[in-house]
Amino acid sequence: MGAKMVEFNGWDMPVEYPSAGGIIAEHNAVRNSVGIFDVSHMGDIRLQGPQALAAVQHISMNDASRLAIGQAQYSALLYPQGTFVDDVIVHRLGEDDYLLVINAGTREKDFNWVRDNTRQFDCKVENLSDNFTQIAIQGPKGVHLLQKLTEANLSAVKFYWVTRGTICGLKNILIARTGYTAEDGFEIYVPAEEDTSAMVWKNVLEAGKEFGVVPCGLGARNTLRLEGNLSLYGHEISDTINVLEARLDRFCKMEKPDFIGRSALEKATFAGLKRTLVGLEMIERGIARDGYKVLDDSGREIGYVTSGSYAPFLKKNIALAYVPPEFGNVGSTVKVEIRGQGARAQVVTTPFYKRPKKSA
Amino acid sequence: MSYPSDYKYTKEHEWIKADGKNATIGITHHAQESLGDIVFVELPKSGTEISVGKTFGSVESVKAVSDLYAPASGTVTDVNGDLATAPEKINKDAHGAWMIKVTLKDPNELNGLLSAADYEKFVAEEGG
Repeated sequence: MGAKMVEFNGWDMPVEYPSAGGIIAEHNAVRNSVGIFDVSHMGDIRLQGPQALAAVQHISMNDASRLAIGQAQYSALLYPQGTFVDDVIVHRLGEDDYLLVINAGTREKDFNWVRDNTRQFDCKVENLSDNFTQIAIQGPKGVHLLQKLTEANLSAVKFYWVTRGTICGLKNILIARTGYTAEDGFEIYVPAEEDTSAMVWKNVLEAGKEFGVVPCGLGARNTLRLEGNLSLYGHEISDTINVLEARLDRFCKMEKPDFIGRSALEKATFAGLKRTLVGLEMIERGIARDGYKVLDDSGREIGYVTSGSYAPFLKKNIALAYVPPEFGNVGSTVKVEIRGQGARAQVVTTPFYKRPKKSA
Repeated sequence: MSYPSDYKYTKEHEWIKADGKNATIGITHHAQESLGDIVFVELPKSGTEISVGKTFGSVESVKAVSDLYAPASGTVTDVNGDLATAPEKINKDAHGAWMIKVTLKDPNELNGLLSAADYEKFVAEEGG
């Protein structure tokens, strides 16, 4: 496909497809129409059995008991210190049947963690990462594209719910209305055999032609998720950052039965935060990038940028950064050190971008 | 892509067009293609001295920051202000979207640079 490739956590991934117009064109196609991503590098862990829910509840911070069959939720697996093993989307596929979709770079670590911390529960834990090719179809036209390829009634599937359908002759394919772009869209899980997945990709591309579908790489994936304030492991979340600092406590249900990391987070709530994740928008010229230092007005180092970039849809330079709580108020100004010079930035509300509300 | 034969080129993918002591500098088509969408350019002010082989600014794509290396030494006399607000002009026409104009310290420095033909060969060999 003429993609520019790059190594990402042991995978050869496309950064962008020049023939599609590059990162900016791919990004805006997702915001305005539809873009497709091969996200097979993501991992999949299935928990099945009489105590599958109890197992999930033990390792995941969100409350999976709220999930109806066919429903999904964003969550995270935590270490006892309340820091992140990984973030995850928990899908309830059946009565005692849960699928965790996790990040590429943490597949092995996550599977070992899940297996080792659920031994006491009567449930089977399977690593299905190599069984699936995951294709993401994202953007306002995504539902129209995918509907051409399946008999499943996609308009009946609400955001963060799943269904099954036949796609390109493949039966019983898991179809989730989830994504990492801050747009409406779907992620489909097809068998990983190369011929099969290549065939599906081709059909998706073909079906999308009338909508101006654009194949998208990692570059656009990153700018899209950044505009939507979606965390990236190793950046906003990691094994040294806790849930409260990362401002993901709304996905952490302290009132549910005990889970790994709960007591540490209770203590942290009382102790108070040393740092907090904020959104920044550059006021002076310059692009704040991953790892750049954040300074106060006098030039003293106070934090760092976790992710930063030019935002193609918003046409601004934005970033996420950790700063001490006293700098965390919207409207505060800080500086970002860009090639030795401090450039002013302002703390803004996140997400930077929210997709327009539609009826149905 | 045909590289203008009246330009000279560096291995760092800059071009320079000299007319006696007056020269114009930019980056090549190959450079902008490798970078992808250019979203930011940092250039020196008029009056700045630039030194051959040393960085004089930077160009940023969505994903990466790249330094700009001076093809020759001299004093900056003019800066292309368009690039501050429309850096994508470089992607559209790299050989036309000049970055800075300089008064050269020593036009002979250009003798060490690549001709259009040599640069094309260099790019092809680089596997670009």
